[in-house]
Amino acid sequence: MRHLIDPLDFTVEEIEALLDVADEIAADRQAFRQVCQGKTLATLFYEASTRTRLSFEAAMLNLGGNVLGFATADSSSAVKGESVADTIRTVSCYADICAMRHPKEGAPLRASRFSRIPVINAGDGGHQHPTQTLTDLMTIRRRRKQLGNITIGLCGDLKFGRTVHSLIKSLARYEGVKFILISPEELRVPDYVIEEVLWDKGVPFVEAEDMELVMDQLDILYMTRVQKERFFNEEDYVRLKDTYILTPDKLAAAKPDMAILHPLPRVNEISIDVDQDPRAAYFEQAQNGVYVRMALIMMLLELASPAAAMAKDGASIKEGR
Amino acid sequence: MLNIDSLERGIVIDHIKAGSAMWLYQLLNLDRLECTVAIIKNARSNKLGKKDIIKIEGMLDINLEILGYIDPNITIAIIDEGKIIEKKRLVPPETLRNVIRCKNPRCITSIEEGVDHIFRLTKGQNGPRYRCAYCEQEDQGQPEKLLK
Repeated sequence: MRHLIDPLDFTVEEIEALLDVADEIAADRQAFRQVCQGKTLATLFYEASTRTRLSFEAAMLNLGGNVLGFATADSSSAVKGESVADTIRTVSCYADICAMRHPKEGAPLRASRFSRIPVINAGDGGHQHPTQTLTDLMTIRRRRKQLGNITIGLCGDLKFGRTVHSLIKSLARYEGVKFILISPEELRVPDYVIEEVLWDKGVPFVEAEDMELVMDQLDILYMTRVQKERFFNEEDYVRLKDTYILTPDKLAAAKPDMAILHPLPRVNEISIDVDQDPRAAYFEQAQNGVYVRMALIMMLLELASPAAAMAKDGASIKEGR
Repeated sequence: MLNIDSLERGIVIDHIKAGSAMWLYQLLNLDRLECTVAIIKNARSNKLGKKDIIKIEGMLDINLEILGYIDPNITIAIIDEGKIIEKKRLVPPETLRNVIRCKNPRCITSIEEGVDHIFRLTKGQNGPRYRCAYCEQEDQGQPEKLLK
């Protein structure tokens, strides 16, 4: 049984295969509408989420499966003091696969050690968000036709932005990727990402504070929101929240085929005037999130795509099996 | 000078930083042993000035791996038939289980009951270091605040 806890749980080849299935789904979603018939996804969301939870639920419903779960810790037995270990042991009796979001870092890993069903990390505190990374990778691959040989600028809250940590870890495995890390001093990428991912693998990166100065170098601009919920001190949040606001003016120096990504939700870090720009890829990203989660659910439940299943059946008939 | 008999069979943990022997005694669960254990505090040392020593009589198979995390300068000699049969070189263990506590208030270990505190040795630009297996927060390097 496999889980997805860390973005590196899958090899580069497995990710390519998963993105291939996601592309197949994008091309013909209807063909997949019965793949998960009789299967149930549990969405255990101890922290508020709109996109990720609905995206998981839409993914399972699109596959013909069922969904159960809770959307806040208040509506779960966590308020009674139940441990993650006990919750997952119970949920394992009700569902075939689960997606967990938790404000505490490492909670999905803890769950995976006690689970009898595949556990998907749907975001743990400021740590990792591997399914957002799959979404990001799918969007980058569809826009750039490959995952290597790009210069990507990650901008905003790089300290608490879990999507950023996961994406850096994943992209660092591809050839020719250069990172430009754009953030205020206080919201820089954590040391462990710099030391154990970038430095250790010899991946080129620079840290910058001015987005406009590096704009012309970027193939991908990955904007992030400064997340209020990650700050213990409101003053710090207020001081830093408007550091970067992407406007059409700032895009003047950008390459014509650059892609702008954002894990959403946005507050004001991308002006709505940018939405019409063909380089804006963030709503496309949200759509890809459903496809990639459908592919992930299939992969973890070891279910083949209808085309692959038919090809296998055809081969079996031919061989007289 | 105080004399403690030399061991016929057992383990000598030497070059312990002066004043740390009692703490190591607790950490290694030596209080649970039935055999004789001698703690020598503030022994003269050419290398350290003062040092502590622990001698354990009759046992050879005690897990001392954790000492590689605490202080790699500690030396270990295994004695049998009155002779040193092995000098153990301390290396930092790959994993620390329930030795140190994660200080990250956002880590699941801060609220989950019954969770093992696991740290893994990782490579870094500034040398090896331990990180929490759950949240990847770096060990703050305060071995005196161990779980025991």
